Formats: sequence, C-alpha cells, structure tokens
Amino acid sequence: MKNPLKNSALGITLISILLGLFVGALILLFIGYNPIEAYSVMLNGIFGSVRYLSWTIIYATPIILTGLSVAFAFKTGLFNIGAEGQYIVGALTAALVGYYVPMPTLLHIPFVLICSITAGSLWGSIAGYLKARFGVNEVISTIMLNWIALYLNNFFVLNEKIKRPGSEATNKILDSAKIIFFDVWKKSPDGQAFRKAHPFFNDIFRTPANAGFLIAILAAVLVLLILNKTTLGYSLKAVGFNKDAAEFGGINIKSSMISSMAIAGGLSGLAGAVQVTGFTREASALAAMEGYGFEGISVALIGANNPIGCVLAGLFYGALKYGGSKIQPRIGAPYEIISIIMGTIVLFIAMPKLIRMMKITKKKEAE
Amino acid sequence: MNNYDFDQIAVEMKGITQKFGSLVANDNIDLTVHKGEVHALLGENGAGKTTLVNSLYGLYHPTSGDIFINGEKVVMDTPNVAIGHGIGMVHQHFMLIKPFTVVENIILGKETHKHGVLDMERATKEVMELSERYGLTIDPTACIQDITVGMQQRVEILKTLYRGADILILDEPTAVLTPQEILDLIKIINNLTDQGKTIIIITHKLKEIKDVADFCTIIRRGKKIDTVKVADVSESDLASMMVGREVSFKVDKEESEPGDIVLEVNDLHVKDNRDIPAVEGLSLKVRRGEILGIAGVDGNGQNELVDALTGIRKAESGEVLVNGNNILGLNPRGILDHKVSTIPQDRQKRGLVLEYSIAENIIIENYKKAPFSRKGWLNFPAIREYARKLVKEFDVRPDDENYISGSLSGGNQQKVIIAREISNNPDLLIAVQPTRGLDVGAIEYVHKALVAQRDKGKAVLLISLELDEVINVSDRIGVIYEGKIVGEVKAEGADENEIGLMMAGGSNS
Repeated sequence: MKNPLKNSALGITLISILLGLFVGALILLFIGYNPIEAYSVMLNGIFGSVRYLSWTIIYATPIILTGLSVAFAFKTGLFNIGAEGQYIVGALTAALVGYYVPMPTLLHIPFVLICSITAGSLWGSIAGYLKARFGVNEVISTIMLNWIALYLNNFFVLNEKIKRPGSEATNKILDSAKIIFFDVWKKSPDGQAFRKAHPFFNDIFRTPANAGFLIAILAAVLVLLILNKTTLGYSLKAVGFNKDAAEFGGINIKSSMISSMAIAGGLSGLAGAVQVTGFTREASALAAMEGYGFEGISVALIGANNPIGCVLAGLFYGALKYGGSKIQPRIGAPYEIISIIMGTIVLFIAMPKLIRMMKITKKKEAE
Repeated sequence: MNNYDFDQIAVEMKGITQKFGSLVANDNIDLTVHKGEVHALLGENGAGKTTLVNSLYGLYHPTSGDIFINGEKVVMDTPNVAIGHGIGMVHQHFMLIKPFTVVENIILGKETHKHGVLDMERATKEVMELSERYGLTIDPTACIQDITVGMQQRVEILKTLYRGADILILDEPTAVLTPQEILDLIKIINNLTDQGKTIIIITHKLKEIKDVADFCTIIRRGKKIDTVKVADVSESDLASMMVGREVSFKVDKEESEPGDIVLEVNDLHVKDNRDIPAVEGLSLKVRRGEILGIAGVDGNGQNELVDALTGIRKAESGEVLVNGNNILGLNPRGILDHKVSTIPQDRQKRGLVLEYSIAENIIIENYKKAPFSRKGWLNFPAIREYARKLVKEFDVRPDDENYISGSLSGGNQQKVIIAREISNNPDLLIAVQPTRGLDVGAIEYVHKALVAQRDKGKAVLLISLELDEVINVSDRIGVIYEGKIVGEVKAEGADENEIGLMMAGGSNS
C-alpha cells in the first residue's frame, strides 16, 4: 500500500511501457543503431510540429475504437478477436454507402456511420449467437469470421460493377460523406488564402484531420456510461463475472452474450467507418489483414479494459506507429522495432506479478 | 484424541496482528499447538480464523507477530516455506484438477519419475501405502470428477501427507460432507494423531469440536477470547464464548397454521447432467404458513429438483404449480415473477457475483425495476440506500454496502443472499442448504428468518442435508430417496432413526 505504483493497474502499465521502450532500446543497440538517436527521431516525429500531432491522432483513431470494442467484450466476459473482421465489414459498408447513396452532408455522415455500426454489430452478433445457441467459443468463431469478412470484402471490392477502373478499390466516397475537416473548402481559393495567413491551421489542413477522434472520444464516454451507469451494462458485466449467478438472478445470459458481441462489433464497425470517411475514402482489396482489430487487442490490454485507458493507449500506440515510421528513412533502423516494443509492453502487462516481484527485490536490495 | 505431547510444541504463533487497510482481521492473537494434538479454532464467520491460518500457511504476511514451528522461528514468505516446514493445508474449497485421477492429483508438483518419465506405478504404490497407513480409503485410478466430495477431501489430505506434512490445517472440513462422511473424517483425524500428526481444524460446528478436538481456541471479531480444554466445557459454553451471548439451539416456533396450497409438484421427472433420470415422479405440496423440509442423502435428486423449480434446468415431464399457475418451462426470470425466491445451495456459484459490491448483488433480481433504475439508467443513490437498509437489518458485516462481496466471509455472503431473497417478499421461499458452512450464531439467525417467513404466511420449502436442521425448522418432513418422496412425517416428535432409515432407502411402511 505504501507504494501505489506497485499495486495499481496504472502503475504496472507505466512500468511495462518503460520496460518495453527499454527492451526496444536494447535491441536497437544490439543491431547497431543508437537507441537515443532513434527515440529522439521518434519523439520529434510525434511532437515536432502540429502536423505530426495531427497525424498521430489520425493513426490513433481507428485503434482507439477497436480497442474499445475488445475492452467492452472483455468486461462482459468475452474475448473479441473478431474486431478485425468487424472493422472490415464496417469499412466496406462505409465505402459503399458513402458512394452509392447520395445525401446532404448533415444526413449522409450519420447515415454512413449508422450503417457501418449496424454492419459491425451484425457481424459481431453472429459470434454471439453461435456462442449462445450452440456453445461455440467466440475466440474460434470470431477468428473464422475475420477471414470470411476479408474475402467478402474482396468479393465486393473486386466486383467489376463496384471496382474503380484501374484500381483494386471501390470508388472514392462522396464529399458529403467525408468527416475530414473542411475538406472541400480548404482546397478552394478562399481556403488557400486562409491557410497562407494562418500557418498553424495550414499545418493541420495538410493532413486529413477529421472528426474521427471526437467520435472515438464520444464512443469511449458512451461505453463508460453503458458499463457503469446503465442496467444493460450491469447485466452484461454480471454475466461476464459469473454467468451462473446472473442466470439465477433472472438475467437472460444468452441474449446478454449476443448484445455484448453486437455492441463490441458495432464499435469495430464504427472504427472502419471512421477510417474510410476520415482518411482512406475507399475500401480496397485486402491481401492480408490490416491489423486494426488486432492492434485493438493490444490497446485494450494496455488500457486495462478501461474506456479512458483505451483512448490513452490508442494515442500511445498511434504515436509509436506514426513516430516509428520515421526512424527507417532517417537512420535506417527497421520499423518493425515498433511491433517489438508494443509486443514487449503487452507481455509485461500480462505479467503483473513479475513487475511486483521486481519491485520487491529492488526494495530488498535498497535495504 | 489424547495423543498430544505437552512437552513438544509444534506450532506457536505469538502476537499475530493482521491488518487489511483499516480492518484489523487478527488482533494480537497467540496460539499454541502441541504435537499430536487436535486443536480447533472456533469463531463466527468473519472472526478471523481463516486469516490466522493463512498467515501460518504463508498466504498472508502478518502485520506483526512471530511464528515458531517446532521451536524454530520461521518467516512464512510463501506456502512453499510452510510446506518445507511440514505444514499442509486442506482448503474449504478443494484445489483439485477434476479430469485428473486421484494419484495424478496427489503427486502433482512432486511427481515420481524415472529418467524424466513419469513413474505412475511407483507413485500409485506410494500413495496406496500412505492411504493404508492412515485409513484414507481412496480409489487411486478414479477421476476426481467421478468421486464423492468425501473422497475428494481424502485426496486433499493425502496430498499434504505426500508432501511430508506433520501439521495439517483443515479449513471447515465438514462443511461439505454428509453425516456418514463426517464420521469417517473423525476416524481419519484420530488415525493421523495416533501417528504423531498435529491437526489444526477450523470449524464452527460445536458437536464436532466435542467429538474430535483436544483443545479449542475461540476467536471473536479478530481477538482471541480463550483457549480451553474441550473436555472441560460444554457445547453451550463454547457457543456463548464464540458469539458473546447465550445461543439457543432449539428453534422456537408456534404451531403452524397452514393455509392455501402455494406450491404443488405433481409427478415431476428431471434428468441430471449425464442424462440419467434424477427426479423420478416426485410430488409434493407446500401450503401458506408452513415449512416443508426435504430430508435426504446428497445425490438423491435434490439438486435437480431445485434446478427444475428455479428454471435453470428443463424438466422431462410433470407439473409445478405456484398459486395454481404452471411455472414449468419458464425461465428463471419468469419464475421469480411468480413470487418464488430461492436461497441457492452454492452461494459463490449461483448466489453472488463475487466481483460485485453487496449493493450490486442485492438488486440483481430487481435492477430493472424502479427505483433502482429508470429507463435503463441505474439509480445508484436509491440502490445504495436500499442496500444499506438491508445490510443493517440483516446484520451483514462489515456494514458497508459498497464492500465487494467476494471479500465477505461465507456467513455474511449468505446473509446478503437471504436479505435479497426475503426482501423480494415471495409467496414461496425455497431454501437449499441455507446454513451450509455457517456458525451457530448465523444458523440461529437463518432459522429464525425462515420461521418468520412462515409466520408471515409464506410457504417455505427447505432442502437440507442436515437432518437436525430439517427436524428443527420444518413443520412437515418429506424424505427424498432416488428422486421420489418416499415418506412424509410430522416434524413435531419426529423419530430421527425412522427418517434415517427412509433416507437410506429402507421402507417404513
């Protein structure tokens, strides 16, 4: 109790992050790069300018949402490895609805988001239904649904009628569906003049800065409210903690599992929508998983399954991804070091006992 | 009994104080146990008995105080240190791997091997030697999931002996046993002390202390009250020392005045998990203002009957009427809505969400109703206020409705469940083993609560493996055997032997 760092989840997370960065530094040193140089390039690449910060947030946005998705499922006793597939389905839906259903902006954006959330929800609830009805473990079913989503995506994207000629992607979504800030105006003569006069905003407008981050924060608050303040969250958590007691108390555990996976799926679907309407503007054929869903698992773990924790962990991961992308061109150190650092952090977080032991031995040595 | 050697002190704990935050679980407790003695630790739920032995076993680290084993001062950092000093512990909830065999469980962590290959033959031989030496009858090749609770406990005891334990700590060993199994355990304990083992037994069953223990240390609210020679005191002396007041063992109640039929079960058939008929043509009736007790040996269909009545398990056929409405086939929610409340047998599995606070557990059946929630939003002030009232009324300790249920002692967990179920104001209250693992003070409390329900004109169905309890509390007794009610007697003046015979399948008619 004397040392709050040792026992709190936050303390363990912070120590794990430091250890992860330390292991990353060791590896950099081992393969012949100066870790101080690499990390300062990275830091400068994150905080060096407003533009970099804007990019960091753009990188963080989808993984905050998939992180929330995984964390929500965790809180209710389910392991959603299917965030990836739900993301794909959400992104595909956004690309299609964003192009084929013209509407005024004020309607189009919410419509696209709702369609993607619905698609992700349905995709997630398939796994929930299989578990409730047939007892299929959601880990297995969501992994398989990831692949089904990937090939479903390719089936649609590569369809001659949908594919944009000369590409392996859908048509770019209409301007009315974009959540990029002032995307049309910033390229107009008026906007250009404004940008010249205000270098700060110019820096931001050089990136596809978008409303996705605000949506992600809103989603985090919503998840927090659902989990802690609503009857829905109460019952879902009860099922997650002890489904026998929940069942005995009259809670329908089967429909709880389905609801929980539907909400988790909706969050990942939203991640896909935000990425398409805010950044890529299209869905492309996928040769492999993009990894946003899997990164969400790391985000959820680092964020201790806490919605606010997920926002912070997502920003951290986004920063490493973006800042880390600069070390290869600058000093030649491999980008993969970022994955190693993230993996190490998750590993340490999964071993809270190890960290406690280390702290205890340190104390003893001090004595 | 009487195998102890006054000159050799096996365990000495001096001035043990254990604080958890502001809670003082053990307050300067001394404990001396001689070699070959059976020493009982007696105390109410939450008095600090388990905390004390957990310090001895290295699971907790006392805030202050010293531990001496055979005269040598030992710092119990981890259970491994304790095991190294010949201490073995059998927990109340067994720590066995269910799909593994008896021998596999016993040797786990200390496997015999020949060039790195598991030597099962030698292991089995060693285990059987131990088993014969101490009279711990087991089937070495059976899987844990297929053997009785009594045998599982013997496996736990063998596990500690296999690791060379000389001092055995048994945490509430009889809580889960049938009367016959308790007799067997007492024999085993005597065998063990015959051969020089020292036993510390945590219990709150006074009869067993009288039967088996040499000395008894009484702990109340974290403080040691006294250590007494068991032969010199009576059960009621022990009870009043433990609770701090006089306790009555008899349940005071008026003659029942049965009213309309609330529960009527006709020709019920239910299958168990293995798809084998467990309840076969069971019929019973419970009226308003009476307690029907179901006596029977464990495994005669009681669990399946309760599961069917509460909607957890589907029945094959039959009829269950509550106030004339058939509730068979409804889910648990629907049955609750018919004003049926149940105190489940396993409070940690079915009764509580251990991660939730007391308040959150109190509302689990009613969280969707006003004032606990409105339009899907929980109303925490109302929930807490309601829970605080119940915590006070039912004397849950600590009296903090935000306390996490998993940290409560067993008896207080049970109080939370009873508070919840009774506050539902049900027409039918089903109580399954409601005093399992509780101390006399709490048992008295539960029994009074059941009788109070009856006196308020509720129907009460009591299902218990403790024959004393069934006879004391009930108005009528039905005996269940192989899934049927094989006989019914009035509780008033019931003959224990006659009921016992029916429970064993002997016919009295």
